[in-house]
Amino acid sequence: MAGKLNFSLVSPEREVFSGLVDQVDAPGVEGDFGVLADHAPFMTALKEGTVTVIDGGTRRRFEVHGGFADVTPAGLTILAERAEELAES
Amino acid sequence: MASLKEMRNRIGSVKSTQKITKALNMVAAAKLKRAQDQAESARPYARKMAAVIANLAAGVSGDGAPKLLAGTGRDHKHLIVVATGDKGLAGGFNTNVIRAARERINALIAEGKDVRIVAVGRKVRDGLSRLYGDRLIRTFEMSEHKTVGLPAAEPVAQLIAEEFEAGNADVVTLFYSRFQSVIAQVPTAKQLIPAVVDGDAPPIDLNGAVYEYEPSEEEILDTLLPRNVTTQILAAMYENQASFFGAQMGAMDNATRNAGDLIQSLTLQYNRKRQAQITTELIEIIAGAEAL
Repeated sequence: MAGKLNFSLVSPEREVFSGLVDQVDAPGVEGDFGVLADHAPFMTALKEGTVTVIDGGTRRRFEVHGGFADVTPAGLTILAERAEELAES
Repeated sequence: MASLKEMRNRIGSVKSTQKITKALNMVAAAKLKRAQDQAESARPYARKMAAVIANLAAGVSGDGAPKLLAGTGRDHKHLIVVATGDKGLAGGFNTNVIRAARERINALIAEGKDVRIVAVGRKVRDGLSRLYGDRLIRTFEMSEHKTVGLPAAEPVAQLIAEEFEAGNADVVTLFYSRFQSVIAQVPTAKQLIPAVVDGDAPPIDLNGAVYEYEPSEEEILDTLLPRNVTTQILAAMYENQASFFGAQMGAMDNATRNAGDLIQSLTLQYNRKRQAQITTELIEIIAGAEAL
């Protein structure tokens, strides 16, 4: 089993989420993608949509508006102009 | 010499002034904490943005580089954005930033550059419009927005982008007050366009792997750079807010202490005078009794 992914979601106003997770799904401009630990370095613009953070059995969903995802060996960073956690549905 | 009643009134008025400055001091202290937290929580975004841009900029230097990053190749037209507050009663907070901006503006004018000014905060307009009336192209008032946030920063960034697109600005510099600590706020100039690549940002170690971009590097930079301008302005606004409350706290603390000193010396004078009067009255009574 691969290690965990270091994920942080930051908006200009605050750091919305930061921590180690199993998987993050995000809406890229050229298609949705999922990131696991040790993903190849990659950067993309995001379209409006939902970022899903999966850790163990829990899922947290964040609505993001305009932003970028940056995958480096150190982890995944999403810079979003606006980011808000969606209530558990 | 003032009468006893006049002195009493004077002491009363200084006391009520002291109450006001003391209250303002406490309000500023309470608000400072929040503003400081906000300024600090905005930093990760700005820092990551800088790191990403530095990383990207390394890949696209040369002719293909976007103008926001490389500049127009000239530095004749300068746009100076000065950001302070709408309110006073904060010691040197507003004047320090304005003075720093004024020095730069005067130097640029002396060099024969074309300088134009954007004021963010009413105090800037008050401080600069008399000197540079026709150069001041627009004033944004912070009080239009309840809190500092993106809605306050976006119109400023938009104006800068428009001016830049229209070819009215080659270099854009932002003046604001950096919050160093409660007692130190440093007037700071930051160049927004061409974007300054932060040399301190740690290069991202890819372990030999190659970055993939979706869409292309240029397209990402094209959307990222305008956002960077907004981010920088927002960060400056947060810093300003924290600086403002820090400066206000210091100024009001001083004012409260001064009022205390004044009350003490006035009370002393008042008591001396009162005793002198009592003594005079006693002498008169005794003299009158002896005469009988």
